[in-house]
Amino acid sequence: MQKRFKNIDEILAALPELEKGAAGVQETLIANLIMLSEIPSPTYEEDARIKLFLQRLLECGLHHVSTDEAGNGVGIIQGKDPARNILLVAHADSVYSSKADHTISVLSDEIVGPGVADNSLGMAVLATLSNILDALDIQLESNLVLLSSTKGLGRGNLDGLRFFMDNNHLPFDAGICVEGAQLGRLSYTAEGMFRGLISCKLPEELEWQRAGESSAIIALNDVINRILEIPVPSRPKTSIVLGAIRGGKSYNIMATQSSLRFEVRSEDSQMVQTVCERVSDIVADIASKYNAEITFEIVSSREPGGIDIGHPLVRSSRQVMEALGLTPRIFPSMSEVSELISRDLPALTLGITEAVHLHDLNETIRIKPIYKGIAQLLAVLLAIDGGFCNEPE
Amino acid sequence: MNLNDWIKNNTVHHSQFWDLKKLVEAKEEQGLKISLCLPTLNEEKTIGKEIVMFKSELVDRYPLLDEIAVIDSGSSDRTREIAETFGADVYLSADILPQYGEKKGKGENLWKAVYELTGDIIVYVDADIKNIHPRFVYGLVAPLIYRPEVHYVKAFYDRPLAFSQGIRPSGGGRVTEILTRPLFSLFFPDLTGLIQPLSGEYAVRREVLEKIPFPIGYGVETSHLIDVYEKWGLQALAQVDLDQRVHRNQETRDLGKMAFGILRTFLYRAEALGVIGKLPELNTLLRQFQVNDQRFEQVSFEIVEEERPPMIELPEYRKKFGIEL
Repeated sequence: MQKRFKNIDEILAALPELEKGAAGVQETLIANLIMLSEIPSPTYEEDARIKLFLQRLLECGLHHVSTDEAGNGVGIIQGKDPARNILLVAHADSVYSSKADHTISVLSDEIVGPGVADNSLGMAVLATLSNILDALDIQLESNLVLLSSTKGLGRGNLDGLRFFMDNNHLPFDAGICVEGAQLGRLSYTAEGMFRGLISCKLPEELEWQRAGESSAIIALNDVINRILEIPVPSRPKTSIVLGAIRGGKSYNIMATQSSLRFEVRSEDSQMVQTVCERVSDIVADIASKYNAEITFEIVSSREPGGIDIGHPLVRSSRQVMEALGLTPRIFPSMSEVSELISRDLPALTLGITEAVHLHDLNETIRIKPIYKGIAQLLAVLLAIDGGFCNEPE
Repeated sequence: MNLNDWIKNNTVHHSQFWDLKKLVEAKEEQGLKISLCLPTLNEEKTIGKEIVMFKSELVDRYPLLDEIAVIDSGSSDRTREIAETFGADVYLSADILPQYGEKKGKGENLWKAVYELTGDIIVYVDADIKNIHPRFVYGLVAPLIYRPEVHYVKAFYDRPLAFSQGIRPSGGGRVTEILTRPLFSLFFPDLTGLIQPLSGEYAVRREVLEKIPFPIGYGVETSHLIDVYEKWGLQALAQVDLDQRVHRNQETRDLGKMAFGILRTFLYRAEALGVIGKLPELNTLLRQFQVNDQRFEQVSFEIVEEERPPMIELPEYRKKFGIEL
């Protein structure tokens, strides 16, 4: 493998070799994927999966392999220049309960099982990266800091990554968030966002004479109708997503509890704030009308931000994708990249392969595109390492 | 060696062999070659995972295995295709030693592996294990590498989900506890020291495998234990705890067929060894019941436990491995 690349074109020319090198460590990558996937790792319970991740890094001979107070797992692939660092992040938590059967099936062209795409594959790529670089005989100038972060999803609110960024003292040139799916994904901006939980509770003793007039479901229905009346501008682009409702017990029992989970996104943080205040007012109003206990809790939130589409990091990544025959799918992210962006670190999210049935028990990834996804990641790393992703002074 | 000493000395836990680097060094010092045999019949859901795991960890990372082979009984699903995709050597059982005909059964595949595979040690691992892990191989071969007097290592699985302290029951599955252990207790008390005599995972030295016959069906494990015990003594056997094994459960009716096959094999072995007197001709039909429109009716299954001779008796085998009688 060519040791130094003079420009991005030379890196693009090396893509077939990178893809071939990635395919050469197929068994190690899939073995890591299987082992990581089969350890349940719901948010706040990532310890066992992180422990295995660290063990795999140690077996590759990595230095500074450790965990921190937030339970994150970190290892460093050392570069030639100790002053330069690139951060790679893959979240360790998954949406599946530890009671779910985490058995993985490996078929000739697909791998099936809970969380294989989101985000065991991302973790497995980080755990195998050292083997891939060795196989290709690549040594970068920069240190690669491999972080598998905890408490990322839902109520976790990116707490693991936030803790790492608050307490880590390494200066990073750039950050790459590695997600199993989808190949072609390119996220380098974050919208302002909050996720809310509205819980409605009525007293247990409801009068039968008033059946049909009052129930936690009817009260929540009123809340929903009022939320839908909130004017949502198209500029700045703003949206309200009603994600999940729960409530009641059975056909003939009046509901005394109900809940709504929803998300508000906007390109403008002021707009997010305005919607939040309107929801608070609605909740207070409906609570007094039904004499019910209705609470509104913000579960997680993000600030809007990002780098420009013309930023050399984005431009190089798009060139890499196009050279691989991929059409970049550009959309804002609410995940790890938003936290890095909010700290003014040039960062983006890349997907590794094609996936279907995301977040179902039969979550499925295709094997063959994985190597293209890894080649893409390696090329972007080489571009950052070569200094081709820095903004002009 | 009495039974209590054997249980104490020859029952080990896989965690004793966690240092794979040291294990590979010991293997290489002895110039040993180790082959893994995965006998299959329609195992497309699990075979890929087993091969990937063993190849990554025990070929690429720690070169403990020299050969990974799938011996297939004619799967109608994608078992062979998947196995080939991940780099295993795939053989159709019928294509190995075709001049001796084709018989159906796991034991047939195990016997043909002795001819086809080249290792000094052959590890047999069932292909239906859901929670596959490298320990299923290194745990079994390590006692053979470290202890020359051991020839045959059998797996057992014992990991209580919750237990505080003191005494708790341990043992094998339903067929072991209802059939095999009582039979061993009556006729081969030393073999009762094996916690799970019917487990499908074991590692054996070639010089043992080539000298014992192979029943082609359910009786192969029972027959092996009796033969190794009779020829090489209890000290040649060892057992290793591999923690937990997750696999598909068998219906009680299927276990009935298994018990029938094992019993036939056992009785013929006991007769041949003079442990019991001469047997009458044994029936090959197992009769079970089913209810059809509230009428009870019998269903019969023919279970023939044919036996393949010791491989060393075959001129083809002696020629391939340069053995002179």
